[in-house]
Amino acid sequence: MSIVAAAPTDYTAPGVEEFWQPLFGTDGPWAVTRPILLMVVATGLVVWWLLATTKKKALVPGRGQMGTEAVYGLVRNGIARDLIGSKEFMRFVPLLFALFTTILVNNFFGVIPPFSYPTFSRIGFPIALSLIVWVVFHVVGMRKHGFIGYWKSLVPAGLPKAMIPAIFFLELITDLFTRPVTLALRLFGNMFAGHILIVLFITGGWYMLNSGGVLVVAGGVTWIFAFVMTLFELLVEFLQAYVFTLLAALYIGGAVADEH
Amino acid sequence: MTGNIAILGYGLSAIGPGIGVGLIFAAYINGVARQPEARGMLQPIAFLGMAITEALAIFGIALAFVFKG
Repeated sequence: MSIVAAAPTDYTAPGVEEFWQPLFGTDGPWAVTRPILLMVVATGLVVWWLLATTKKKALVPGRGQMGTEAVYGLVRNGIARDLIGSKEFMRFVPLLFALFTTILVNNFFGVIPPFSYPTFSRIGFPIALSLIVWVVFHVVGMRKHGFIGYWKSLVPAGLPKAMIPAIFFLELITDLFTRPVTLALRLFGNMFAGHILIVLFITGGWYMLNSGGVLVVAGGVTWIFAFVMTLFELLVEFLQAYVFTLLAALYIGGAVADEH
Repeated sequence: MTGNIAILGYGLSAIGPGIGVGLIFAAYINGVARQPEARGMLQPIAFLGMAITEALAIFGIALAFVFKG
């Protein structure tokens, strides 16, 4: 924030420290920071939006209800039914819908001016979401196949006996470690990298605009690119919410599938 | 010249996923062009492949910041 306001003398590139923004409270792990406030605001917004657009349910939907139904339809038909299968998908639609809307609104906060901070660029938030998904897909898998049966179902049938331990080990690592870690890191990395790129373009452009000479032109071009990157970031933010929900549905679908 | 070699590492780690994501979307566009009605079926697969391939680049940027210090 302060890097834009101050007349620059020596440029320092934005880094990880831009994302640490405690609002009040102590400076330690219990500080109330900007992302947690945004998370609360986002949750409130989603709840308000859903209540407001579905309070008066009409057979011929109004504009608000139409929008809500479009988003719900995307998650329900486009993600849950396609990937979990038409038999069991309804159980998981609430979770997937909550994941999608929460991530989407929080991501859009990254480019909407009064918020201007993608909540998921702090690693703790994506970790929490991916832990929920991780617990859910293991638990539903164990409920369906039984504890032993679930771990057995990791290995595809018809494998030569000698291969089974190695494949089981690989699948175990994938299920217990790689999947939750990549799920969290992907969302975090995209939000973090995208936001830092916008900050870099804007502060760098500001620095060049203030330097005088030919650099003023370069600074103007940089700001145009900052605008383009912001638009691109909008696309990425939607895509990441979609991909996170898609992968959560895929993992759940894999756990409840009759056979791999 | 000053800088950090971890960022170079990120650049290297982005090459593979860059090629991979390109191949995935090339195949997706090919598929949709040949059979437009298969779009709904191909789209989740394409994005899934993209997400999995992209993970390597994401690891790269995360590790670049981890080892920057």
